[in-house]
Amino acid sequence: MTEHRLRSMTGRADPGPRTVVRFAGDSGDGIQLLGSEFSKGVALEHHDLLTLPDFPAEIRAPAGSTFGVSAFQIQFGGDGVLTPGDEADVLFAFNPAALKTNLHTLKPGGLIVAGEGAFTDRNLKRAGYAQNPLEDGSLGGYRLMRINMARLSAEAVAATGANKKQAGRAKNFWALGLCFWLFGGRRQPTIDWLEDKFAGAPEIVASNVAALNAGHAYGETMELDAGDAALGARGELHHGLFRTITGTDAMGLGLAAVAALSGLKITYCSYPITPASALLHFLASLKGRGIVTFQAEDEIAAATAAIGASYAGGLGVTTSSGPGIALKSEALGLAVAAELPLLAIDVQRAGPSTGMPTKPEQADLNLALYGRHGEAPLPVLAPATPSECFDIVIEAARIATDHMTPVMILSDAYIANAAEPWELPDVDGLPSMAPTFRTDPEGFEPFARDPETLARPWATPGTPGLAHRVGGIERASGSGNISYDPDNHQRMTDLRAEKVARVALDGLDHEIDSGAQRGDLLVVGWGSTYGAIEEAVTRLNLAGLAVGHLHLRQLSPLPPNLAAILARFAHVAVAELNSGQLVRLIRSEFLVDAQSINQVNGLPFKVSDLESALRDCLEAGERGRKLALRTVTGTAGTIG
Amino acid sequence: MAERLIQLTHRDFETDQEVRWCPGCGDYAILKSVRKVLAEVGTDPDSVVFVSGIGCAARFPYYVETYGIHSIHGRAPSLATGIKLANPDLDVWVVGGDGDFLAIGGNHLLHALRRNVDLNLLLFNNAIYGLTKGQVSPTSTPGTRSPSTPGGVFDTPVNATALALAAGGGFVARTADMLQDHLPEVLLRAHAHQGASLVEILQNCIVYNDNAFGDLARKSNRAEATVIVRHGEPMVFGAGRDKGLVYEPERGGFRITSDLSEASRHDETNPALAAALARVDDPALPKPLGIFYCAPRTDYTTALQEHVPYRPLTRDEFREVLHAGSWTA
Repeated sequence: MTEHRLRSMTGRADPGPRTVVRFAGDSGDGIQLLGSEFSKGVALEHHDLLTLPDFPAEIRAPAGSTFGVSAFQIQFGGDGVLTPGDEADVLFAFNPAALKTNLHTLKPGGLIVAGEGAFTDRNLKRAGYAQNPLEDGSLGGYRLMRINMARLSAEAVAATGANKKQAGRAKNFWALGLCFWLFGGRRQPTIDWLEDKFAGAPEIVASNVAALNAGHAYGETMELDAGDAALGARGELHHGLFRTITGTDAMGLGLAAVAALSGLKITYCSYPITPASALLHFLASLKGRGIVTFQAEDEIAAATAAIGASYAGGLGVTTSSGPGIALKSEALGLAVAAELPLLAIDVQRAGPSTGMPTKPEQADLNLALYGRHGEAPLPVLAPATPSECFDIVIEAARIATDHMTPVMILSDAYIANAAEPWELPDVDGLPSMAPTFRTDPEGFEPFARDPETLARPWATPGTPGLAHRVGGIERASGSGNISYDPDNHQRMTDLRAEKVARVALDGLDHEIDSGAQRGDLLVVGWGSTYGAIEEAVTRLNLAGLAVGHLHLRQLSPLPPNLAAILARFAHVAVAELNSGQLVRLIRSEFLVDAQSINQVNGLPFKVSDLESALRDCLEAGERGRKLALRTVTGTAGTIG
Repeated sequence: MAERLIQLTHRDFETDQEVRWCPGCGDYAILKSVRKVLAEVGTDPDSVVFVSGIGCAARFPYYVETYGIHSIHGRAPSLATGIKLANPDLDVWVVGGDGDFLAIGGNHLLHALRRNVDLNLLLFNNAIYGLTKGQVSPTSTPGTRSPSTPGGVFDTPVNATALALAAGGGFVARTADMLQDHLPEVLLRAHAHQGASLVEILQNCIVYNDNAFGDLARKSNRAEATVIVRHGEPMVFGAGRDKGLVYEPERGGFRITSDLSEASRHDETNPALAAALARVDDPALPKPLGIFYCAPRTDYTTALQEHVPYRPLTRDEFREVLHAGSWTA
């Protein structure tokens, strides 16, 4: 076992009070910018946080329409914030459509900050309201703050001499100023950012700063308060260098790290697809430093170009979401056959087909594990949190080059877009990766194998004396020459499988993430469900229940000690955002009567739903009742 | 390195693998020509890569003593692009058939050409699917009967050179397997061209489409049925070299003349003339062969290096990237 451990594997204590704020408005209202700037301000106040944007696939849906609403949710408070929160304490609704589509996310008694200037007859009608909900008493179960943010913002901006168009655009900064008043937060970092971002357009800086200050002053003058929602615990982030990152950022930084640690030319080949394209954009912004980016003509070209790059001595990386990964399937078979290193990253989204491109799902696990023709095993890794994408990419690159195999990484729309503060690793402490290229012609055979890893040599074109041919036709063990020999095919099939199986020997260590080390119930998860499972298990632990959480980062090959961990618990439940894919693997591999907790509605798990599903599992286990399949969604109910 | 000073011969490019094409297959002649050209160019065999897709032609890399990768159907141009992205110094040849390049991989050919990736793309066009046992291909002549078209194919074939020109190919040529002088001449030029060069090689399939290019195959008839165009030279053909072609740009076509002084000179930098040559399909006219178009422009990886210069990332530079937008708690 290596000493490589993932940083987020730590125990959990009782979380302090937390606040969940949700911003919702038109696609053109600047909601995402408001959210990210507020997150930055909150982080600077030493709060831990996790954010999740929730935007429509449509780029500019008609103003005021329900399908054009863009939202952003943030949970902040003490340490260990692991999810964006089940329900919002505060909802900023910039127009009727935003209120209509987001009210269900607000907890009973929560605070609504409504931009009443946008509650016009036309907008009300467009959102499907017969009467103005701000006036008809229908919001009686909530606290309501009616503020004409558009007008107040426009007035403040007009004072700077800005034109009407600009004046109408600054209301997100007005709201940001108000948020800094309500929840605490300094305006200066935002002002600095504006001055840097719009260095060439001082009038834009002036108008946004005016709005920001006006929003803050309004809160102060009116003595507004957010009640309990403002009491989010202050975090105890220790002193260090932090950065708020999304999974996309972390993955891009991980690839840059691989470039720096290995010296390999990272050749990133991709075709635009939601939600994976953001990674291409991130890497393209590095402008050739360590990484070549290539926007291919299609998914297949992206995969095969990446294979060509690895064949030529770079490290090919190809990324997509489910539909694109399906197209790359044949090429992945070639990478398995030719035994070349390759990273294939699947940023999963709700499917099948186009499905819901901006919504997360974990339904490509079977695709990653089995979705190739022939016997074509490959390692599959999955980051649990946005920041963990960094470690997982480095680990995947190490496995790919040490073992000469394509490696798949399963991320999803949630991990890619969610943001959290991340303490930056010490760059000097990151271990070098030293891929070995074959240079000695003496006794060279392209399909001879390292006795330990069974990896074949990486012999790249341009190396004197090593000219050889590889390809998709079955290769004779050793020489690599075309071979139709039956015994050879059996031998090569076995060797390829054994090679991948041996990844487990130096792969990721897995231990219980948190909670009971042994006891009544083990909850097994993978990927982006980490935070929700962790919080649900923590709640059960606080209630005195012996529940443990194991989160798999390596789904193929499975960790060698998994059987032993499973055996320490009376019952096993597998929670995942699909119809039960990992649970079937666990059941078949270990003959464990694992129960399934699943949800396929395009949303992350709610902690409260998971908690009650886990309680059901425990009760059912006590009564000896079997739950073959269980879903946490209210509509689907229990099957089996 | 001393060995490199020795003049290589085509035998130096033979592998220990038994060539498995059907006896009489046109691929043998192409293989011989390619090996000859490699020897003549004197290129370092260790810096050469042959990339192929799937099909009879795609077995080619196994028979050339250089680096080689036999990939998947249609995708050789994109895999080759990846090779050039990782190591632009390699001398990369891509071999595919008409199914590989024009059917399943048509998209990749289009983009390799318009990007101008420095690849030598050899299209073995035998107007049939050989390895899958004789189905029609996108270049099959209308009326071709095959197991998949027992009543004869009725759709319009692809014109490979016209397509390559339309796609922005900077070097577009046509030759044939049995032209053992012309084929290496064209291959040498293709290799020398910096950028994507497409060479359509008309090729016989003795089993499934014998006599595919009958007029060319019959030596007796070849001089009348073809015209070989060379840059700066008048377009002359015929057994007695007594006929010429006159280019009529206003209609984008040609007429035959017996007055050789009237014959137009080929200009391989003229895209309209190239397109007219590529499109000739009048049985009354000879089939044009030769380098229709050669107009060098910056190749893809050179342009990429100019626009987005790749350089290795040091740890210190990585730290800078990592720390961008960071804050201290």
